[in-house]
Amino acid sequence: MPKDVTDVICPFCGTLCDDVVVTVSDDNKTILSVKNACAIGAEKFNHQRLPGRVKRPRMRQPDGTYKEVSYDEAIDWTAKMLVKSRKTLMYGWASTSCQAMSIGHEIAEKVGGIVDNCATVCHGSSLIAIEDVGVPSCTLGEVKNRADRVIFWGCNPAHAHPRHMSRYSIFPRGFFTVKGHKGRKIYCVDCRYTDTAKCADTFIQVQQGFDYELLDAFRTAARGEALPDTVGGVPKEKIYEVVEELKGGRFGIIFFGMGLTHTMGRNHNIDEAICLTRDMNDFTKFVIMAMRGHWNVTGSGQVLGWQYGFPYAVDLSRRDQARHQTGETTSVDLLNRNEVEACFYIATDPGAHFPINAMISSSKKPTVTIDPHINCTTEISDVHIPVAMVGVEVGGCAYRMDNVPIETRKVVEPPEGMLTDEEVLTKINNRVDELLAKGGA
Amino acid sequence: METVTLTVKQVPDLYLECENVNPDAFAGKTAEQIAKMGAYQGKEISTLGEFFTIAGNAGATAADTKIVINGDCTKMKYIGAKMTAGEVVVNSACDMYTGSWMKGGKLTVNGDVHSFCALAMAGGEFTINGNAGNYLGAAYRGDWRGMSGGVLRVKGNAGSDVASFMTGGTMIIDGDVDIHLGTHMEGGKIILKGNANRRVGGQLVKGEIYVFGKINVMMPGYKPSGEVDLEVDGTKATFIDYTGDLGERHPKRKGATVYGHLFMKK
Ligand code: SF4
Repeated sequence: MPKDVTDVICPFCGTLCDDVVVTVSDDNKTILSVKNACAIGAEKFNHQRLPGRVKRPRMRQPDGTYKEVSYDEAIDWTAKMLVKSRKTLMYGWASTSCQAMSIGHEIAEKVGGIVDNCATVCHGSSLIAIEDVGVPSCTLGEVKNRADRVIFWGCNPAHAHPRHMSRYSIFPRGFFTVKGHKGRKIYCVDCRYTDTAKCADTFIQVQQGFDYELLDAFRTAARGEALPDTVGGVPKEKIYEVVEELKGGRFGIIFFGMGLTHTMGRNHNIDEAICLTRDMNDFTKFVIMAMRGHWNVTGSGQVLGWQYGFPYAVDLSRRDQARHQTGETTSVDLLNRNEVEACFYIATDPGAHFPINAMISSSKKPTVTIDPHINCTTEISDVHIPVAMVGVEVGGCAYRMDNVPIETRKVVEPPEGMLTDEEVLTKINNRVDELLAKGGA
Repeated sequence: METVTLTVKQVPDLYLECENVNPDAFAGKTAEQIAKMGAYQGKEISTLGEFFTIAGNAGATAADTKIVINGDCTKMKYIGAKMTAGEVVVNSACDMYTGSWMKGGKLTVNGDVHSFCALAMAGGEFTINGNAGNYLGAAYRGDWRGMSGGVLRVKGNAGSDVASFMTGGTMIIDGDVDIHLGTHMEGGKIILKGNANRRVGGQLVKGEIYVFGKINVMMPGYKPSGEVDLEVDGTKATFIDYTGDLGERHPKRKGATVYGHLFMKK
């Protein structure tokens, strides 16, 4: 009889919904249906039973085709590549568990790698701003139970985090927010009228690339200083009006996304938004939160931050010290400048997201990809090591976008003989030890 | 003053970290000893002798040592970084961190420099006879102290994020700059002879920025407060004095609030 597994953690986006119900077959091998998850989350579970999944490592042959090899062979090739290369990019980590990351970092320390995660093309700019000015934040539970002024600035959860608005930010009734949506004032600042903007009480259309100026104008208005007639296409009367409304709330939050992190000025936009948040605390409680996208990218920042003090782009090439410089030790810059000799990708698909020149540079280097599925990156790799899907076929710790760690659940068995990220990385780590003991590759 | 001449004989495959190429590290060493000093290329440590032909011995102290570098240094990082005295002349373009954390002495680059040069520079004279990249004279990531002293001159243009978190010293740029000049500035003086793109003096607390050219878009937190006649780097002219950034916090001194100033040449 098929059975329901309840309280499953969705392994797709940074919202990490924890109320998913998955029906699995009798033999614990196939997912039959998924309840409560949104369309993109459900699709991730559905991938588990797609036909044509690669079940054993593949190695590229001189003629360009792939040949199936054993796990041991693939692991040996990977360890040799890592030991030989003078500088290796070890990128990804966002769809794996924190336990796997810590083993990966151990390898990086031994082989002098550079560990980077997908914040590098996503919320990395937010992390720079946090390094510069700190961040007053909170958990999503506090948002649900307390927030009565909610600002979505340059983000569109209606599409990117579909259940965010119903679980936390707009609709839910919480302890102090018993009226739900009616008790909250929702603002959306964007250069386009998005589906999130449709749910907002006030939509502020900012001219593209003028977020920094508009945020500065909000701060200037909050201090009661004079403003020019319009800032970024927004009339000053509107700015003063919104600032007064925000001051009048009990608990305000700014959620921000790629509209701030990847428009002109990048980290400076976040920096200014954080400073606005700080200023608003002179009047009421105010916090700010990044809409982290890729599932456990927050966890990668947490583990790296805890181990080395930097949340991404950590250069361990000196082995005994960690260095970090966005623009130098970040993946795209390393690839564009040809500063690395080999690439090791895990649990993220740079091929689908990096600029084309970076991937052309990457394709010319020895490359290993560890990923459950065939993706753009596996196709330019010399070795592809398939693994069990974290959060579906194996558990592990992941961090939600508000930095809350959640232990994820195994729902079904992985295909027979398939190793997990942790197992593969442990074997690579052991093989690296053996090679280093022998004096090299 | 003794002169050590370095000539590049091999361009590194990856980038070479030349933390040892400065008068302080060379002081008291012979050419042979300098050739044996380490330089990292990724995790591999090699020697300066593998990449440079070295002629001449260093002086007894950093102040007595001059280093001249010839050949292609575009893949060399950290040249002249952390130097406290003496002189370095590079007849090539250089990569990142050139002259960063410099405390004294004279550094001249006859070419362009990449990003993160003169980071947290505290003293000395640094002249770039070419263009500079991003984060010139800015703070290291997460630090709130950028350039704090000395004189930095750029003959060409500079990139974005120039002088972020600057707290002191003088920076003179003959050409243009991209976005974010003097962001989070807390002191010091920037003289820009060319044009700035946008976001000049955003979140600026204290300090002075002089702009001879145009700014594409003025920050909303700046308010004109009159005209002044000034002599700036040898040029006498009338400037419009803007105070700001009014959106940012400002300290009080003797009961009066201290603002930053942006002077625009009329
Ligand atoms: S909102 Fe995100 S975490 Fe929640 S079900 Fe959808 S994809 Fe999964």
